[in-house]
Amino acid sequence: MAAGAAAVMLRRPPPALARAAPVTKSIPSSGEQIPVVGLGSWITFNVGDDPELRDECAAVMHAFFREGGRLIDSSPMYGSSQAVIGYGLTKLGRPATLFAADKVWISSGSRGPTQIEESRALWGVQRFDLLQVHNLLTWEDHLPTLFAMKAAGRVRYVGITTSEGRRHDEMARIMASQPIDFVQVTYNVLDREVEERILPLARERRIAVIANRPFRQGALIRQVERHKLPGWASEVGAATWPQFLLKFIVSHPAITCAIPATSRVAHVVENMNAAAGPLPDEELRHRIAAYVQAL
Amino acid sequence: MSEWWKYTISDFLLFSPRTYYRMIERYNDAVWPAQLATLAFGVVILVLLYRPALERRWIISGIIAVLWAFVAGAFLWMRYTTINWAATYFAGMFAIEVVLLARQPFRPRRDATGIIGLALFIASLTLYPLLAPLLGRGLRQSEIFGVAPDPTVLATLGLLVVAEGPPRWWTLVVPLVWCLISGATLWLMGSPEAWVLLAAPILVLGARRWRARVIAAPGDSGRT
Repeated sequence: MAAGAAAVMLRRPPPALARAAPVTKSIPSSGEQIPVVGLGSWITFNVGDDPELRDECAAVMHAFFREGGRLIDSSPMYGSSQAVIGYGLTKLGRPATLFAADKVWISSGSRGPTQIEESRALWGVQRFDLLQVHNLLTWEDHLPTLFAMKAAGRVRYVGITTSEGRRHDEMARIMASQPIDFVQVTYNVLDREVEERILPLARERRIAVIANRPFRQGALIRQVERHKLPGWASEVGAATWPQFLLKFIVSHPAITCAIPATSRVAHVVENMNAAAGPLPDEELRHRIAAYVQAL
Repeated sequence: MSEWWKYTISDFLLFSPRTYYRMIERYNDAVWPAQLATLAFGVVILVLLYRPALERRWIISGIIAVLWAFVAGAFLWMRYTTINWAATYFAGMFAIEVVLLARQPFRPRRDATGIIGLALFIASLTLYPLLAPLLGRGLRQSEIFGVAPDPTVLATLGLLVVAEGPPRWWTLVVPLVWCLISGATLWLMGSPEAWVLLAAPILVLGARRWRARVIAAPGDSGRT
């Protein structure tokens, strides 16, 4: 069902760069389609002013766009990641397909606009597509700012984030009461707490969901890679463990996209390939979860 | 930022081990040959420590304070802030410690705690820089006393244990807090040096407690 609903891709990369056609899903509040795999920047893109590592990050971004990726996510909390993304975008000629997602992360509500402007300057974009309140920090002050920016056309979508299963009660209250477009939560084959309440609520309220920490910072991959990938993984077009795990995440009907972070070109290509081809149906999802939990 | 309690320690590991140690390497390249000078300062401290004319103990205080100031400015403020926004606060901590160390007299004790402190100081000078090559990261990523924070803090703790009489407790706060911060960071990165940083406060506080008990009961020989 999820695969069927996600089969149409609205925006393609330039023909010269096109290789694969990643599965896309729609942002419920607008109907805009985005690929189900995005690119996170936590840790991996925080490389400071190291020119060699900055070029490696730019190469990852190049491969990401080449494979049809669009959404890149960052935060002021992530050290130099925003500046490194800005460096990469400049080097790549500012790809038009970029979906720029960032966050506001400051305890003072009045200083939120300044931080957002600093973030925008670091990215080097005219405006962000999505701005989220990071970890719900001072959300009561920041959300009105973001809604006002959206009304003025200075950002296209507004969201909130949390991670590692924290503050879901508060997140649910905000989802039920505020006209937000996105939530970002931790979701993977082992961290499934959001299935209980957040994901059903997101479907009910027509809110897009970004899944962060899809591999538990790589620990999940290290944990399962000692075991053989099941033969039936090919039924969903997964050739590797990361693809298998990503397909589980993005096949949930409420999940709009997952944002694995990496500093290696081979990994971003592998991740984007998980966004192509079939996605598991409900029965296969149960099978994947049971298989991984039994390892 | 408020609501710190809603974060876990892993939220604050903002960079990869590769990024961190490449930063050390690029920093070492940038400040070379300052490493030779700071190691020479370490030897000078050792010599002065055991030729304790009254005025010399303040020379040690001055040297160690200058080295802390160098680490605060050249490493924490200029380098570490590029990958860790919290390094701004760390630089402030180190600046406070510069003032405290400049007012801390250093005269050696010739007892067991003095030997422990001296061993920690010498190990920080000579063995700590070898950990990088021994762990396969190469000599250019070595962390040197007076240039990098970890060996500087460890050596300072050694000096504070050596110092005659219990060191002023407030002088210990920043080095001990740094050991916890850096130890936790290295532990999250899977670096074996974490255990050195996390064990040092136990050693120092243990020596301080033992010495306090000896000072409190000088006549207690166990006989009545």
